[in-house]
Amino acid sequence: MIPAAFEYLRAHSPDEAFAHLQKHGPEARVLAGGQSLIPAMRFRLARPAVLVDINSISDLAYVRTDGKALAVGAIARDSAIERAPWIGERRWSLIHDVSRVVADPVVRQTGTVVGSLCHNDPAGDWTATALAARGEVVVRGKGGTRTVAIDDFLVDSFTTAVSEGEMALEARFPVPDDRTAGSYQKVERKVGDFATAAAAVQVSLNKNGTIRSVGVALSAAGACAVRVDEAERLLTGQKPSADLVRAASAAAETRSEPQADLRGSVEYKKHLAGVLVGRGLRQALERLGVKL
Amino acid sequence: MKIAVKVNGSTYQRDVESRTLLAYFLREECGLTGTHVGCDTSSCGCCVVVMDGDQAVKACTMFAVQADGREIMTVEGLATNGTLHPLQQGFWDQHGLQCGYCTPGMLMASYALLKHNPKPSEADIREGLAGNLCRCTGYQNIVKAVQQAAEGGQG
Repeated sequence: MIPAAFEYLRAHSPDEAFAHLQKHGPEARVLAGGQSLIPAMRFRLARPAVLVDINSISDLAYVRTDGKALAVGAIARDSAIERAPWIGERRWSLIHDVSRVVADPVVRQTGTVVGSLCHNDPAGDWTATALAARGEVVVRGKGGTRTVAIDDFLVDSFTTAVSEGEMALEARFPVPDDRTAGSYQKVERKVGDFATAAAAVQVSLNKNGTIRSVGVALSAAGACAVRVDEAERLLTGQKPSADLVRAASAAAETRSEPQADLRGSVEYKKHLAGVLVGRGLRQALERLGVKL
Repeated sequence: MKIAVKVNGSTYQRDVESRTLLAYFLREECGLTGTHVGCDTSSCGCCVVVMDGDQAVKACTMFAVQADGREIMTVEGLATNGTLHPLQQGFWDQHGLQCGYCTPGMLMASYALLKHNPKPSEADIREGLAGNLCRCTGYQNIVKAVQQAAEGGQG
């Protein structure tokens, strides 16, 4: 289908983009990779009157670590993460895993991490990943820029903390210490489909082998990606064990509130959420040399 | 909106609606019908073209206005003076197509793949083409075709 007509504005700087968004308010949407927005427009699920194209703002194409965090600019493509020189490091294994299963390889050359977070699809991959990695999003608003924790950023399906006239500039993933590993587990019917269920986990160990911190999150398990608080509470401070992993898995199954669709029933998807959290934790621990 | 897009080395200046998708701009404004539209929902990869030398994009999921000032390469840009590009030759030699509908997208996705990874493993090729659907070949000969082009070192 052909999208509804709209006014196209190309911004060459964050200031220019922000000025357009301030002027047009609720009528305007940011066009970054467009890999979710354009299909939505084609189905007339989205009919923005104005698109502000930020793809010419080369200042926002960066992927860099600044010591504290991996910073991903608003037009950095998924493929830039996939091809990053550090992507094979164990501490980034959650990011590594997810960067290879978002959408399909062609879509990843255009789609962006920040755009995916802003789209906040209930079955998105980066949202659950950002929860498990305790990410943040830098948002520019009228009063300047602010950094929003991902738990506060993800408000509801397709709704985030980015208000009318505002724009997200950067996603931030804290640099994990070197006793950290993660895993992203996704079941999809075919490459490029939305997840039937997916789980993101990231585990950091203390020197004595106990779990210092852990992130566990699910996608396709509710209105938007959810943190499995109960699993994190069970695991934190404990020595990893098969029993604990089973308990965390059960907590994920309980926490998951999926919708039935062609991809599966509620019962199946809840079960799958638990299985994937178990697999993810096992893989992350195995990457840390822990045998259960 | 007036745009100028360089396609296969020639500049096309046109006045287009902002909602015109790149795939339709290429087919209807430039007359380059090698870019196929399969699913129209960015699922099948038939419409893949290469932007700015090494970025594979689905032309059904990008507006023509976004290509203003950019360079697009379509399947028509692969051969030079009637000599097939090594990828095209690979598809020919290995029988990498039957109906041919997915082939332009396969070729252009493979072109971008080899730009980033000139010596891909079989697994790399299968992964790299995972966003391109073929309903005829079972993919075996497509993978062989890309391997042939890569082994020739002229991806």
